[in-house]
Amino acid sequence: MNKLFVSPSPHIHSGDSVSKNMYGVIIALIPAFMTSVWFFGIGSIVITLAAVLSCVLFEYLIQKYMFKTAPTISDGSAILTGLLLAFNIPTTVPIWMIITGSLVTIGIAKMSFGGLGNNPFNPALVGRVFMLISYPVQMTTWPVPMSDNRFTSIDGLTGATPLGVLKEGLGKGDKLETILSQMPDLGNMFLGNIGGSAGEISAIALLIGFVYLLWRKIITWHIPVSVIGSVFIFSGILHFANPELTAGPVFHILAGGVMLGAIYMATDYVTSPMTITGMLIYGICIGILTVLIRVFGAYPEGISFAILIMNAFTPLINLYVKPKRFGRVRS
Amino acid sequence: MLKTFSIGGIHPPENKLSVSAAITELPIPKTVVIPLAQHLGVPSKPIVQKGDQVKVGQLIAQSNGFISANIHASVSGKVVKIEPSADSTGYKRDAIFIETEGDEWMDGIDRSATLVKEIKLDRNAIIDKIAQSGIVGLGGATFPSHVKTMVPKGKKAEYLLINGVECEPYLTADHRLMLEKTNELVVGIQILMKALDVKKAIIGIENNKPDAIAIMKEAVKNIEGIKVQALKVQYPQGGEKQLISAVLGREVPSGGLPIDIGAVVYNVGSVFAIYEAVQKNKPLVERVVTITGKQVKKPSNFKVRIGTSVLELIEQAGGLPENTGKILNGGPMMGKALAQLDVPVVKGSSGILLIPEQEAIRKEVFTCIRCTKCISVCPMGLEPYLLGIEGEKGLYDKMENDRVMDCIECGSCSYVCPAGRPLLDYIRLGKGKVGQIIRKRNTK
Repeated sequence: MNKLFVSPSPHIHSGDSVSKNMYGVIIALIPAFMTSVWFFGIGSIVITLAAVLSCVLFEYLIQKYMFKTAPTISDGSAILTGLLLAFNIPTTVPIWMIITGSLVTIGIAKMSFGGLGNNPFNPALVGRVFMLISYPVQMTTWPVPMSDNRFTSIDGLTGATPLGVLKEGLGKGDKLETILSQMPDLGNMFLGNIGGSAGEISAIALLIGFVYLLWRKIITWHIPVSVIGSVFIFSGILHFANPELTAGPVFHILAGGVMLGAIYMATDYVTSPMTITGMLIYGICIGILTVLIRVFGAYPEGISFAILIMNAFTPLINLYVKPKRFGRVRS
Repeated sequence: MLKTFSIGGIHPPENKLSVSAAITELPIPKTVVIPLAQHLGVPSKPIVQKGDQVKVGQLIAQSNGFISANIHASVSGKVVKIEPSADSTGYKRDAIFIETEGDEWMDGIDRSATLVKEIKLDRNAIIDKIAQSGIVGLGGATFPSHVKTMVPKGKKAEYLLINGVECEPYLTADHRLMLEKTNELVVGIQILMKALDVKKAIIGIENNKPDAIAIMKEAVKNIEGIKVQALKVQYPQGGEKQLISAVLGREVPSGGLPIDIGAVVYNVGSVFAIYEAVQKNKPLVERVVTITGKQVKKPSNFKVRIGTSVLELIEQAGGLPENTGKILNGGPMMGKALAQLDVPVVKGSSGILLIPEQEAIRKEVFTCIRCTKCISVCPMGLEPYLLGIEGEKGLYDKMENDRVMDCIECGSCSYVCPAGRPLLDYIRLGKGKVGQIIRKRNTK
C-alpha cells in the first residue's frame, strides 16, 4: 500500500460537476434546435455553428493568451453560451455580426469579469442586446418559417414576428381583432410555426427541454414558472382591463422569447438569486417588466431587457432574502 | 409520507455492505492503548501507575470535571506505560498502555447473556451508575451520557428519543445491535425513562432497516409509552437536531439544547451500554464497531475491546486491501481520515471504513457557479456557498452574522457541490475563528 490520503470530511462526493450541468442544459436545448432547423432550414444550422464555434474560440484564446491559464472550454459553458446567443437572434443575421456578437458575449460579458461564475449579467443576453443596438436592421429582420427554399439557401423570405405585427398594428390604431386575424393561430404559435429568433419559436420544444431539466434536477421550477406565470397574469390583467391595449395572456406567453427566456436564460445559475423566495421575486419582476416593455415600451419584445435589469438586482436580492433557517423562531 | 426533518438533506448511496454480518467477538488483543481523551470535555485523570496489575472493568482513569467520563481497563494485565500516543485525530495525547495477561474480570460484573428485566435501582442510583461506568454517546459525539440525565432546573424532559437512524453510509453497528440485542435495548430505554422521569420514548429508525423496525416494534408493542417511528431515509437524520425535527416536528433553537424543547436523545449503542452498566454492573470496556469498505474481504461487525488497534480489526476482516487509499474512523460523511493504522478503537469509534485509492482523492476545485444546490441541501438553512467565500477571504465577522456557528458539519454542501468546492473546510475554519472571537468577547 502507498501512503494514506488524509483530508477532512466528507470523504465522498455526489459526482455532480459543472460540466454535467452545462451539457445537461445543452441536451435540453436539442428539441428547440431541431424545430428551429425544421422551420427555418440551414440558416439555423449556420448561425448556431458560427456562434458556438466563435464563443468557444474566443474563450480559449482569452484564457490561453490573456489570462495565461489552462483553458476550460471543455466545461461546456462556452458552448452553451454560444448556443443561447444563436437561439436569440434571427437566422438571417450575417456571420460576421455573429462573430462580433460572440466577442462581446465572451470577451466583455463573461471573461472581463473573470470568467464562469463571476459575470453579473447573462453573457448571451448581453451579446444579443449589443447586436440589437449595433445592427438594428439585421436584428429585426425575421425569417418566415417553412419557406420553400429553406434547406437549399440561407436567403429565405423575411417577414415580421407576431409581437412585431402586434406592436405595429396597435401603433397605427388598428383593431386588435384585425391584427390577430393576420397572424398564425395559437396552435401554430405553440408548435413554432411563426417568425422569430432561431430558438425561441417552439413552445412545445422548449417545454420538453424544461421537463428534462427538472428531471435531471439541473434547475428547479421556481424561476420559469414565476416568469411565465407573471407574464400570463399581468398581460391578462392589461388585456381584460382594456382589450384594445394589448393581446391576451396566452398570446403573450407563446409569442416572442418568454419561454426561451424563462426556462433557459433567467435560470442561468450565475446571474439568478440563490434562494427559493429570491427566485420567485426575481421571476415575477422579470415577467412584469417584460409585459411593461412590450405594451408600453418602444420595442415589441422585452424579455432580454427584463432579465438583464433583474440580473442587476440579483446581488441585492441575495443580500436581503435569506433561506428559512433551522431553529430561528423559538421562545 | 414518512416523516423526516424539516429542511435540506441528501441521500448518498447507502453501501451497507456489512448489514448481514452478525456481531462477533474480536479476539482479545495482546496490548491495548487507552487514550485519556475519548469523550467530549476534559480528559480523565489516570489513577493507575506503570507496573500496576489491572482487571477488566477496573477504573483506571477518573472523570476530571463536570463534562468528563471515567475510563476502565478493557483487558486484564499490566500497565506498561502511560505516555502520549497518536489517536485517531493524528495528535499525540496521553494514553494508558496495558499488556494483556489472560482475561480476568472485576468481581460483580455479570457477563452472562441472561436478560435482566427488573430495574432495581432508583433514579439517582441509575444516574450515578451511568456516570461510574464511563458511558458516553456512542454514536460518535461522545458526550458523557450521565450529564444528559441531569435535567437542568426549570427544564423538563418530555420525550426520550432513541437514535437508531444510523444515516451514515456503510455503518451497520447500530442496526445489528437493534436486531441482536432488542430486549436489552428495551430495558435500557426503560432505565432511561426512569432516570429522566419521562412517560414517552420514541425510537427513530430509517426505513432502510425494515427488519430492525419490525423487531423493535414487536418488542415494544405491549409496553406503554415506547413507540417506534419509521423515518424516510435522509442524511443527516442521525444528527440530534434533525432527529428531533423528524420525530417531534420541533426545532432546537439556534444555540440551544434539545432539553430546551423537552427532548433528550440517546444513541442505541449508548442505550445498550447503559443496560449493561445498570443491570449487569458492566462498565464501558467494549463496543460494536463496523469494519467495511468496497474492497474489504469480510465486511464485519465486531465487538471490540476499547483500545484495540485498528490494524487488528482490518486483519480480522480479511487484511488490508492493496488499493486502499484512505482509512476512516467513522462513516464517509463525518468520519476522520486516519494518518496511521496503529491507532486505538475508542468509545466513539462506530466504524472503520476503507476507501479505495480512486475514491480517496478530492475533486478539482472550480469557481462557484451559484447553482444553489448547497443551499437546498443544508439541513440548518445556511448558505454554504456564501460561508465558503467568506471563509476563503477571512471575513469572520460576516461569517458570524451568517450564523456559521449553527453549522453541524454534516458535509452535505461539500458532497453536492458540482464545482467541487471544499465548502465545509472553509466553514470549519470559520467556526474555529468565530468561536475564538466569541469567547474573547464574552470574557471581556
